[in-house]
Amino acid sequence: MSAHAATAHTAHTAHEHHETGFVRTYIFSTDHKMIARQFLFLGLFMMILGGLLALIVRWQLAWPETAIPGMGRILRETGGILEPSTYNMAFTMHATIMIFFVIMPILAGAFGNFCIPLMIGARDMAFPFLNMLSFWTTFTAGLIMLSGFFVEGGHAAAGWTSYAPLSAVAQYTGVNWGQNLWCISLFVMGVGSMMGSINYITTIVNMRAPGMHLFRMPLVVWSLFITAILLLLALPVLTSAVAMLLFDRTLGTSWFAPSGGGEPLLWQHLFWYFGHPEVYILILPAMGIASEILPVFARKPIFGYHAMAFSMIAIAFLSWVVYGHHMFVSGMSPALGMAFTVTTMIIAVPSAIKTFNWLGTLWGGRIQFTVPMLNAIAFVSMFVIGGLSGIFMASTPVDIYIQDTYFIVAHIHYVVFGGSIFGAFAAIYYWFPKMFGRMTNGVLGHLHFWGTFIFFNATFFPMHIIGVGGQMRRIYNPMQYEFLQHQQHWNVFITYSALLLGVSQIPFVINFFWSLFAGPKAPLNPWNANTLEWTAPSPPPHLNWGDRIPTVYRGPYEYSDPDAREDFLPQNQPPVGAGARRH
Amino acid sequence: MLDWWLPENVSTYGREIDWLFHLIYAITGVTFILVAAALIAFLIMYRDRPGRRARYTHGNTTLEIVWTIVPALILVVLTALSAPAWSKIKMSMPPSDVVVEVTAKQFNWQVKYPNSDQVFLDEMHVPVNKVVHVHLKSQDVIHSFFVPQFRMKQDAVPGREIKQWFEVVKPGKYEWPCAELCGFGHSGMRGWIYVHSPEDYKKWAAENLTAKAKAAETAKPADAAKPADTKPGGKAKK
Repeated sequence: MSAHAATAHTAHTAHEHHETGFVRTYIFSTDHKMIARQFLFLGLFMMILGGLLALIVRWQLAWPETAIPGMGRILRETGGILEPSTYNMAFTMHATIMIFFVIMPILAGAFGNFCIPLMIGARDMAFPFLNMLSFWTTFTAGLIMLSGFFVEGGHAAAGWTSYAPLSAVAQYTGVNWGQNLWCISLFVMGVGSMMGSINYITTIVNMRAPGMHLFRMPLVVWSLFITAILLLLALPVLTSAVAMLLFDRTLGTSWFAPSGGGEPLLWQHLFWYFGHPEVYILILPAMGIASEILPVFARKPIFGYHAMAFSMIAIAFLSWVVYGHHMFVSGMSPALGMAFTVTTMIIAVPSAIKTFNWLGTLWGGRIQFTVPMLNAIAFVSMFVIGGLSGIFMASTPVDIYIQDTYFIVAHIHYVVFGGSIFGAFAAIYYWFPKMFGRMTNGVLGHLHFWGTFIFFNATFFPMHIIGVGGQMRRIYNPMQYEFLQHQQHWNVFITYSALLLGVSQIPFVINFFWSLFAGPKAPLNPWNANTLEWTAPSPPPHLNWGDRIPTVYRGPYEYSDPDAREDFLPQNQPPVGAGARRH
Repeated sequence: MLDWWLPENVSTYGREIDWLFHLIYAITGVTFILVAAALIAFLIMYRDRPGRRARYTHGNTTLEIVWTIVPALILVVLTALSAPAWSKIKMSMPPSDVVVEVTAKQFNWQVKYPNSDQVFLDEMHVPVNKVVHVHLKSQDVIHSFFVPQFRMKQDAVPGREIKQWFEVVKPGKYEWPCAELCGFGHSGMRGWIYVHSPEDYKKWAAENLTAKAKAAETAKPADAAKPADTKPGGKAKK
């Protein structure tokens, strides 16, 4: 096929310039593995910042208007006390950074780049140069976002959802260039994401190794494929919406401000039309990662491979028609709300199917409690809680009460932290040996996992309780409300837990950097896994495999086949003897 | 603990919301316990031990069908149970006994009664056991009218007038926060709703609303005189 010819051609030409300089190898690299590492470092660096922002928000909620240790130097005028406008900025930027510059770069950026070519048996992405451009565009967007902290008036403070007209008119928040830079940064990020998603789709469609049928693809590749399609279709909506918002703010247009004939709800429709697929963009790769890791460490084929793939496809379709459940009490027609209830209830079904299949995968397995496995199991269990709490919101009458309370905050963190971040940790521990050629430390890994798991729950579970008690999200000081004062002890408890959750990340940082330079050398296939990336050297060289790319003979999850000699059967192992019976 | 941390409910439709709330608590609670128990049991039973080999299976179609249909049925029932309450609260308003105009601004609730020029800041007075219509507007950004104990929430959107209603069954003083981020003063933007017995309300109205207002109050459906002049949101009834 022509795709293969093209690959061979690329392989040939690239072979001639194999020795590249420092800049081409480490900075402006077109190698998908280096770009993956760059995305990973970008995401992890931003995670530190996003986490610290969350902690100052938590400090304010537990001990309102007291000086935050260490902040005296940054908030000089107030001596370390967070003012309401700074507080609004902190939670706005916490969410913006975590969503757009941590989870998306790590899950879609880093693991999308790393896994797709290696797991489908391609030598690189379809468009390596575009791939490099995608990273540097995202990086530029990150710099623009960070620059907002240093401008007059502070950074954006209208929430990560930036509801107009609060976000559209500078006087309402007192933020001028901060919000503009927020718009510009997300615009640039959207362009970068589009480059990446086109690349992922093209690569998966055209560049699979011989024998790699669509239904022999590992589920993580399926999840990234669907994520890329959602990114391609959803991000441009956000990109246009932030451009419109920027025009309202700077050029005097009136898309969203009613004073000039604009419509505030238009922003919400555009934002959530992007925003709900976005939630699945954040969670689908983590679902794929869990589906990849559970079979490996249960030494068992994934339960219901086709059900897993089709439920993700169903989620991708349904994710476009549920967004209105963010707007039940927004003033949108209540009849429309009723329709969105129906679709929202339907989208819970594929998620339930996935959960039961993960349980089915564990059933009868031979479960090895490695660090990646623990994180993957945590993903499944936390996703269950996040999914079930979503049912409260799907029921419109109940949503009237819990909309904009901490119940929602708890829900989103169970999905996006309990789901996506545990998925990201699982992926980092699982692919670290292949990515960097060294093993991570198991003791530090367990320490990190148990600390994170315990304090994650201690932080976010009580948020359901204070949410049911009525505490609104985005308030500066719960003690200003008489009906919330009796539950303030929960806020203190949550903040202590959040601080310990932060401390629990220290073993991860130590482990990551220590293993990067001094970890034991990783063997070719440390986990005895079947997928193609484990047939390439650790770390894989430029163009991944030597002269020949692997040929695929079977699905990715043939573990513990009674006819096979060992308890795993790599996808590329030619069928010999009895093992040939099965596909 | 017994009411699962919900604040006391004092409105008529709040009971239905609470009932659904507790139903979903039960459904999700049971589901969670079953899933968690299965997960923990599998993790213990099927942990790696020497000499064991994992079961070689690719799935089970019957199981797939069962665990697709059962959750789907539960969710269909839940949707069917949610619809009437939603329709009652947001779509079909009962005729009003009292009409209140609320205009939100950064960072106050401005309350006005028909035929009275008096503007009350962050306080509203209504009679108990009467249907109160709220005509909700905003003059700057989006705010959200939230009364936890009424189980009532509705965003106030600039450029629109949204009609809502409630009926309270217990006199008292209820906190009335803004639930949508509306700027640096969002936190602390709250008012109080005073729910009076009929006699107390009459007394309050006589003292605080002009004579013209009192007449309107007694001439029953006050909003019937004023045709719905704005967009949907809470569709105007009658």
